[in-house]
Amino acid sequence: MKNTIAYRIYDFLKQFPPFQFMAKRDLLEISELAQVQYLDKDQVLFERDASYNTHFYIVHQGAIKLSRPSNEGVKVVDICDEGDLLGLRVTREDTYRTTAIANEETILYALPMEAFSTLTKANKAVSNYLITSFASNIKDPYTLENSGQLLSEYDPERFQNIYGVSKARFTEKVIQSSEDISIQEAASQMQKHQISCLVVAENNIPIGILTNRDLRNVIASGAFTATTLVKDVMVTPVICASPDINVTQTQLILLKNGISHLVITKDGTPQTTIVGILSKHDIVISFGNSPIGLLKEIKRATRTKHLREAWDKTMVLLKRYLDQNLPLSQILKIFSELKDALIHQAMQLSLRKMETPPPVSFAWLALGSQGRKEQLLYTDQDNALIYADHDTENTEQAKQYFLKLANRMNKRLHKVGYDYCPADMMASNPLYCLSLSEWETQFSTWITRPTPENILLSGIFFDYTYTYGDQTLVKKLTDHISQKLSNQKILLRHMAKHSLKNLPPISFFRQFIVESNGEHKDFFDIKHRAIAPLSDAARVLALGQGILHTKNTSERFTALAQLDPPNRELFENCSYAFKALLKFRTKRGIAQNDSGRFINLEALTKAEKLKLKRCFKPLRDVQEVLRVRYQTQHI
Amino acid sequence: MKWPWQHTKEYPPFWKAYESAFAKAEQKSVPEIRFVALDTETTGLDIKKDRILSIGAIAIKGNAIIVSDSLELYVAQEHYDPKSTPIHGILKNGSFDKVSELEAIQQTLDFIGTDIIVGHHIGFDIAVINKMLQRHHLGKLKNNVIDTGVLYKKLQHPVHRMPMQQGYSLDQLSEALKIPLYDRHTASGDAMITALAFIKISKRLAHKGTLKLKELVT
Repeated sequence: MKNTIAYRIYDFLKQFPPFQFMAKRDLLEISELAQVQYLDKDQVLFERDASYNTHFYIVHQGAIKLSRPSNEGVKVVDICDEGDLLGLRVTREDTYRTTAIANEETILYALPMEAFSTLTKANKAVSNYLITSFASNIKDPYTLENSGQLLSEYDPERFQNIYGVSKARFTEKVIQSSEDISIQEAASQMQKHQISCLVVAENNIPIGILTNRDLRNVIASGAFTATTLVKDVMVTPVICASPDINVTQTQLILLKNGISHLVITKDGTPQTTIVGILSKHDIVISFGNSPIGLLKEIKRATRTKHLREAWDKTMVLLKRYLDQNLPLSQILKIFSELKDALIHQAMQLSLRKMETPPPVSFAWLALGSQGRKEQLLYTDQDNALIYADHDTENTEQAKQYFLKLANRMNKRLHKVGYDYCPADMMASNPLYCLSLSEWETQFSTWITRPTPENILLSGIFFDYTYTYGDQTLVKKLTDHISQKLSNQKILLRHMAKHSLKNLPPISFFRQFIVESNGEHKDFFDIKHRAIAPLSDAARVLALGQGILHTKNTSERFTALAQLDPPNRELFENCSYAFKALLKFRTKRGIAQNDSGRFINLEALTKAEKLKLKRCFKPLRDVQEVLRVRYQTQHI
Repeated sequence: MKWPWQHTKEYPPFWKAYESAFAKAEQKSVPEIRFVALDTETTGLDIKKDRILSIGAIAIKGNAIIVSDSLELYVAQEHYDPKSTPIHGILKNGSFDKVSELEAIQQTLDFIGTDIIVGHHIGFDIAVINKMLQRHHLGKLKNNVIDTGVLYKKLQHPVHRMPMQQGYSLDQLSEALKIPLYDRHTASGDAMITALAFIKISKRLAHKGTLKLKELVT
């Protein structure tokens, strides 16, 4: 007899593991034995320590919360949503290990355990899946967002390069000296070129080597003076290698001889001409997939081109981190370190190009998402410059100097891959390259006179972070703002109202709202509809509580959670939701090779959509908090 | 003696069995009662003229819909209205395995037994089935019935109820109760939706503390 319902259940089940590994005939047979169950919100499906039912369950619609008691009351172990399997007895235990409660209205398919195990006994793929999913069942909130995707995590990493056998990169420009100079002169040469090793050569043939360590040893022994000649202290013979040496070989030679530098000669013997020098640093850099290697590479970059290369590698690293599903907070920390190093180095290069050193101390500020340290992909650059107040006659001169510096800096960052800000919110704009007192006046205006434009600007400028230069300037500015803010609450109310103007992400019928026209028609704008409203809310609430030490949205929420116990749970949820959304955006951005802002909903799996939707709930709730706290309907 | 208006024909044994079962049926508590969600697809909406093309039914016990305990029949019919084909998609000589009307009656009665029939606007389905029974000189269905349309109305506050003459369509019901619409306009699919709706509504009514079997049965 034809059974349409069983066919529908079959159609549903075959999308998910382990059912996708089953033969059509077997799966249909199981589907015919299915029961469809409906649970109200908070209805209990099964209790911990109760004995197993004859059926196990697959969530068809809705979600089931699995929990078990812990020392802090009840701990939620997992939330099963569409396609997740629960209550299947895999081990010999007789009782459920968790309590299952409907998290929302839920429709379940209940399948008979016995029939399932007879049908799948011989199926290796199914049993493998069940064993792995059971073994990896130690779930924490972090893996929570991945439930239902267990299999994808078992993909072996395919793109890992084998670095050990790749050719070692060496420095071709070798600083050489003759053996007849004094060690003082040798030391000053090394200082001038910023190198740790001097090759002593005659007619381009290496005869000795002098490193930092050798110099230190010479001085420590006390037997030599500054006029001692290099030839008396240099290390011979020179350990040499040929240009085609690979990374592992280099490491072995360095370790074997207890040295830090290898001289590269034409045929690998000390009798031929020098072609380069290979240091421990170069080896570290060739392991380009580690953040430390990248940090070194950024720090040693002498040209913008090198910075760009290093930063491209950083993006590759980012992708790998995301693929490996590291917690986003850790990824963000690593990348903000690297970003700081990038800015620092770019600034060093820019300063070197200036004819004179800066007339007064200054600081470079990152604004907006960079200020909040939430930027992982290439986006627009938003930055500003602040310099110390100067005696009156030279103000114009100082301003010109810093504008020129900022211009260089913006150009350099542009070359690295950061687009110019279309709204010109950059330090090279005279409006945002100001002295401390000018900035103080500017912020005072924003705080006391909340016009629509000011509100918009303050949203970006209140999220500033120090990245280079004189930290005391930034601290003074922050103190000024916090003092101003404590007397003036009007700005916060306007900011709250502004943040509520953002469009809602889902319609009344739980559908995503997509763009109705323009270039991104039918795409979902995750930045505008989900991420920005959350960070706006965090900003208002944090400023209201006087939290100025951190600008990061999830950290703001965490800080708020501590200061505001009644809303603790909500703020924690917001912090989590924000990280999840940001990770989502970054992943999409890498997949689509853009900023990840617009999402093609059709490219998402149903499960991904559900996870997105789940992030919107705290957003709705926190906006309600704003509405009540700042009485936004009365302005 | 026999009066002229009495049936001249003896009832077939399956009908006798169906009828006599009601006398023996015992009272059960609600979780043990087997409900049968039922839906028919017909050639049209005229009870006198139109015929049943397919019957779908599925059993509900406790809060679960038992997929293995279901019925799906396609009935061979001479009368056929091409206008309704776009709705239910059943062609007169379609590829489904079809049974005769009498066979369909027998299987349906066997399936429903003495249990309570649940349906959406069930009056129509009962009427067409009764008409079919009449054509075969059988009596009317004796089962108790529950109409999810009526049941849903009980959930609504009187102020929010829709005007009586309209009633709630199955589509409206599914949207309000967030039931996924699959296989709409097949007898089995609609029976499934009805079954889900029935469980959801009775859960909600139970929450309000007004659920009594007596009230459920109309």
